[in-house]
Amino acid sequence: MDVTTSLSKEQLTKMYYDMWIIRNFEENLLDLYQKNLAYGGMHVSVGEEAIAVGACANLKREDTIVTSHRGHGHCIAKGADLKGMMAELLARKNGLCKGKGGSQHIVDMSVGVLGAQGIVGAGCGIAVGSALSFKIRGQKNVCVNFFGDGAANTGSFHESLNMAALYSLPVVFICENNGYAVSTSFARSTKIDKISVRAGSYGMPGVTIDGNNIFEVYKTVGEAVERARQGDGPTLIEAVTYRWYGHYVGDPCTYRPPGELERWKEKDPILFLEKYLLANKLCCQEEIDGLKAAAGKAIAEALDYALASPEPEPADLFTDVYFEK
Amino acid sequence: MRQITMAEAINEALREEMRKDPNIFILGEEIGLRGGAFTCTKGLMEEFPGRVLDTPISESAIAGAAYGAALTGTKAVAEFMFSDFSFIAMDQIINSAAKSRYMFGGQATIPVVFRMSSGSGRQQAAQHSQSLEVLYAHIPGLKVIMPSTPYDAKGLLKAAINDYNPVVFLEPRVLYFKKGEVPEQEYTIPIGKGDIKRSGEDVTVVATGVMVERSLAVAEKLAREGISVEVIDPRTIRPLDTELIVASVKKTGRLIVVHEAPRTYGMAGEIIALVMEQAFDYLNAPPQRVAGHDVPIPYNRNLERLAIPLEEDIEAVVRKSLK
Repeated sequence: MDVTTSLSKEQLTKMYYDMWIIRNFEENLLDLYQKNLAYGGMHVSVGEEAIAVGACANLKREDTIVTSHRGHGHCIAKGADLKGMMAELLARKNGLCKGKGGSQHIVDMSVGVLGAQGIVGAGCGIAVGSALSFKIRGQKNVCVNFFGDGAANTGSFHESLNMAALYSLPVVFICENNGYAVSTSFARSTKIDKISVRAGSYGMPGVTIDGNNIFEVYKTVGEAVERARQGDGPTLIEAVTYRWYGHYVGDPCTYRPPGELERWKEKDPILFLEKYLLANKLCCQEEIDGLKAAAGKAIAEALDYALASPEPEPADLFTDVYFEK
Repeated sequence: MRQITMAEAINEALREEMRKDPNIFILGEEIGLRGGAFTCTKGLMEEFPGRVLDTPISESAIAGAAYGAALTGTKAVAEFMFSDFSFIAMDQIINSAAKSRYMFGGQATIPVVFRMSSGSGRQQAAQHSQSLEVLYAHIPGLKVIMPSTPYDAKGLLKAAINDYNPVVFLEPRVLYFKKGEVPEQEYTIPIGKGDIKRSGEDVTVVATGVMVERSLAVAEKLAREGISVEVIDPRTIRPLDTELIVASVKKTGRLIVVHEAPRTYGMAGEIIALVMEQAFDYLNAPPQRVAGHDVPIPYNRNLERLAIPLEEDIEAVVRKSLK
């Protein structure tokens, strides 16, 4: 793809590094969950990193994202504070949500992360609101909404895509089709083969891409973001991918056919970019190892910060219910 | 003083605030070209192009968009033609708007108002006549307002628009076209402050919405017999002006709470519990509830009339409490 040549080595290595940050962050979480340092509802996106990183590489700081319950990767890719995120997942007082939101409500308004959503499909409407806000204020910014194939079957998805198209709003809907809504496979929940064909019924472009190919994600989302920024309205992008660890942390994944995970692991999006960097002599093995090590170090630092953070105090139970002047 | 209808008062509140702040927009079904099913938004689309959005029949997206805009700093006022339709939007109102300040650790302010017409009285039957104030008032993070006069509607709506919390604003439908005194000059009414609609000494009647005028009529009638009834309209259901109610009960020693919504698990239960906790020793009679019956609102005009408290029901309970 010609997009590869338009990306500088710095951009490519940043993408590679960011994907490792996400993977390290989430694989650490699996361990922390085992140790009961992180708990509750937790959904990781290991195997889906190319979508978060490839999409957000097109965004400015003032652009916004709305994500789903599987949102760690998107938040990181948009620039959310890593230490604050880790502290939040460990339910600490100086977490991004002061320990009161957790994995499903991670937010960092300072970088346009408008929040993960615990309700499947709700994000579509919220993204419409953020885009409406840009339009009313005359700002040339864009909102990207990440959600899964499950959300594509909610009423909120339908209402929101229709409304976004109707008002030509600057929003990009990215459906990460990872094959399952909880344990129900895509084929068992949806009659059509591709979510993207629904775009036509709302009067917006729709396309299905390989979500594990970061170049394809970067290019497709880039075009959609540009379209939105120019005032030409929304796009629906279906990025086909796979979640290695199932729906929730601890999911035994008994619903998966044998061999499925292994086949998808061969399509590891990080390995895909790594091979590209090496094959095209953009990086030597030493640089690759250095980037991996640097990502590991950044996560270790975030973890140290989180572990050193205090728990919320009982009085914190009552703060931030209402805004008070 | 001049007299205008509640619909006109609401229209003025929206107009005045939108003139002052270009960062306010309104959205909902039929609110633009048509000017609103109950004329509350008449003329606003012409005056504020691009800031008055006629939406498809998509309550979930209306609420989601209003919340999302508010979250990103654009003040939104969403209209639901009937409060009954807001059930479809409740996910965004309750799961998103009400909770996000808390679950985001204080990172969010949500300047959004969800306006909706409320209550029975127009023979529109069970899916167009409900009183949902308590459903919303039960949710931490929401403020809930229900005015009973054009004056209160205007002042409270202006306050709601400028509040950085999500507000559910319930407008009693049968009061839209009743006139009341509203001054020409601007004013606001603070959220959370009740109003003594009539001072009295013998019994406190707390009433909301349509029940305020019915309670006032009863008070007027009983005054001729020398019975002095104090009528309080909390105006804001949440946060409730507990102080005003408790002070009144300490004075009168008697409490009756009147509302249109069904009796069971209703607002009267909550207010009576608060008074029992805070003013038990002052009570001279058991507090009483006068509330809607535990039935869906029926179509038939006579049955509909009987579904919610009538003046004679209020009067009977007031007399009983004085025995």
